[in-house]
Amino acid sequence: MSALLQVEGLEKRYGARIGCTGVSFDLFPGEVLGIVGESGSGKSTLLACLAGHLAADSGQILYRGRDLGAMAEPERRVLARTEWAFVHQNPRDGLRMGVSAGANVGERLMAVGARHYGAIRAAAEDWLGRVEIDPGRIDDRPRAFSGGMQQRLQIARNLVTAPRLVLMDEPTGGLDVSVQARLLDLLRALVREMGLGVIIVTHDLAVARLLADRLMVMKDGRVIEAGLTDQVLDDPQAAYTQLLVSSVLQV
Amino acid sequence: MTEAYSFAYLDESTKRMIRRTLLKALAVPGYQVPFASREMPMPYGWGTGGVQVTAACLVPEDVLKVIDQGADDTTNAVSIRRFFQRTAGVAVTEHTTEASLIQTRHRIPEAPLKEGQILIYQVPIPEPLRFLEPRESETRKMHALEEYGLMHVKLYEDIARHGAIATSYGYPVKVEGRYVMDPSPIPKFDNPKLSGNPAIQLFGAGRESRIHALPPYTRVVNLDFEDHPFEPTKADAACDLCGATTSYLDEVIMDDAGGRMFCCSDTDFCATRRAAGHAGRLAPGGEAA
Amino acid sequence: MIRIENLSKSFTLHNQGGAVIEVLRGAALSVAPGECVALTGASGAGKSTLMRMIWGNYRAASGQILVGGLDVAQASPREIIALRRDRLGYVSQFLRVVPRVPTRRVVAEPLLALGMGEAEAIARAEGLLSTLNIPERLWSLSPTTFSGGEQQRVNIARGFAHPYPALLLDEPTASLDAVNREVVLGLIAAAKARGAALIGIFHDEAARARVADRAVDVTAFTPARAA
Repeated sequence: MSALLQVEGLEKRYGARIGCTGVSFDLFPGEVLGIVGESGSGKSTLLACLAGHLAADSGQILYRGRDLGAMAEPERRVLARTEWAFVHQNPRDGLRMGVSAGANVGERLMAVGARHYGAIRAAAEDWLGRVEIDPGRIDDRPRAFSGGMQQRLQIARNLVTAPRLVLMDEPTGGLDVSVQARLLDLLRALVREMGLGVIIVTHDLAVARLLADRLMVMKDGRVIEAGLTDQVLDDPQAAYTQLLVSSVLQV
Repeated sequence: MTEAYSFAYLDESTKRMIRRTLLKALAVPGYQVPFASREMPMPYGWGTGGVQVTAACLVPEDVLKVIDQGADDTTNAVSIRRFFQRTAGVAVTEHTTEASLIQTRHRIPEAPLKEGQILIYQVPIPEPLRFLEPRESETRKMHALEEYGLMHVKLYEDIARHGAIATSYGYPVKVEGRYVMDPSPIPKFDNPKLSGNPAIQLFGAGRESRIHALPPYTRVVNLDFEDHPFEPTKADAACDLCGATTSYLDEVIMDDAGGRMFCCSDTDFCATRRAAGHAGRLAPGGEAA
Repeated sequence: MIRIENLSKSFTLHNQGGAVIEVLRGAALSVAPGECVALTGASGAGKSTLMRMIWGNYRAASGQILVGGLDVAQASPREIIALRRDRLGYVSQFLRVVPRVPTRRVVAEPLLALGMGEAEAIARAEGLLSTLNIPERLWSLSPTTFSGGEQQRVNIARGFAHPYPALLLDEPTASLDAVNREVVLGLIAAAKARGAALIGIFHDEAARARVADRAVDVTAFTPARAA
């Protein structure tokens, strides 16, 4: 098995201010890497660089051995709608609110050339079922859905083309606890079934513990500590991580 | 002709700029070429784009026809026709076959066009992707990279909502297998006439400052799904004036009691048929009275 | 199967003035296949710490922890994840699961992670649940709402779902009634019989006497506390 993503010495600055710096890691298929830290720690900047939403100032990102920095935009955009998925914290940022749930799920299929309405609809129904949305609501617009359903719809819309790499920005933020649990369970099953490589940014250590195999702790744009999730949470080495872990209720 | 005006109202350098744009648009069929749209002595929505393209194309020998939804006698058509009579002094006609240049709002004439004719469309919104993508920067990129999945999202939504592709005008097309184009709000009944047409077809959007074009005999394909193919549609009736069954019809409400009639939207086509002796259900002295 | 040499562990509490607490020094231990070793010693002597170090949960300050040839003290996270997937099992005292996941899925999860088919994995999970006397009507519910004893049995079922060659047991018989205690001791005996190397913490002395081949008193590894 070879690495899905290899990141080396990544840096992003906003003028004199550091977005993130010196970030290096790799990700294999079937792995979930959690990135934790407080707001402003650089985790979202890092995710945006990985997704190609922001251009890094230095360092290298290899996707399946190919340098993203050297890749032409058309090719990156093709990857972005086939092999990559990005799940936004706010589902409204990742959904088309003006079209039905079915069209939201079908969009990526149509973008890669699906031209059979019946087949697209069948795939959409299948995916709605997989994320536990009643397929009978396929023609409803996302506006009519609850926050948790919208988030699951966003996930279905992203995974319908069977991507390899999934980037998630606080996917369970803003959801109530029972809805979070359903989503975590769903994500774990999908990671296992589809062999997804997932990077999940979260400030919720409980979510990180249940979902991530490995953890990276960030502060002020730098990686403070990285390792096995339960080891980082149960035996944190860095002062900052100890503070972070001790500041939350029992996870 | 009133000497106070430049020929066809616009100054020569403006016309040259528009002609250059037209050449580029013809060279890249279906691609929206930006141009420096001028203020015209009529409000936006009255065909300022079409008028500028017409002005740039007109020569004194031209015979001009102007139609609005197929009719030569509506306010918009009459005003524009008079505008060019006054500023260019060109001959005008209502007969499709006699015209060398036709400016149209939302129809393609029923009578087949020939080589040498120019059909100029008035276009309100030239960007077919605008429905789902509001960012101009993004739609341009999508055209550049041929990312047209969104067009099918729109059609999917139609079928999901109405059981069939309900888009009945401004039906999106793909030009020469490359650019997706909005054919202006013509009824989709007219779409088949876009493809392989011997005439030059020019599209001017004044407010949006865009021109696109189809050179003669361009291949134009209607977007659709394999299991929901494109279908040109019209009212299932015959013209009540000329009896035609193959032309695009307007429905006219006759009274408060639900009385209605259908008649050809192309007034020239209808009049020509009636002159040749055809008559419909409500024609004065018609056989079906 | 499991060999520990010269292992030491200390915690540095950065947020309490950088206090360094040394908890283990010079720990050594070896467990052969088919053998069960009980860790003993007073509460706080470091039994759980040692077990968590073998699990890869706590980092070693120095020394070696060889499990099936892999040095957990030096291994990368990825190697430890692979080790936990197929070679090293752990029955902890507390059940930690994603809420809402049905019990049968919780138990089947280690098997699914190994790539076993859904139907087969669920069947094996249900077999274990029934052996451990979890009523069938509970299998489709999440264990988060279960009683302590039920949760413990679910945890044991999960730990024994896959025949790991090495298994860590932290108080496996605590909070169990006599019948279920017998079932668990039977599972441990069966694991030994198939050649698994086991390390256990048993406060239940009778249970320890039944299944453990020998005891290792971790007090011997506890550094003298500097006051």
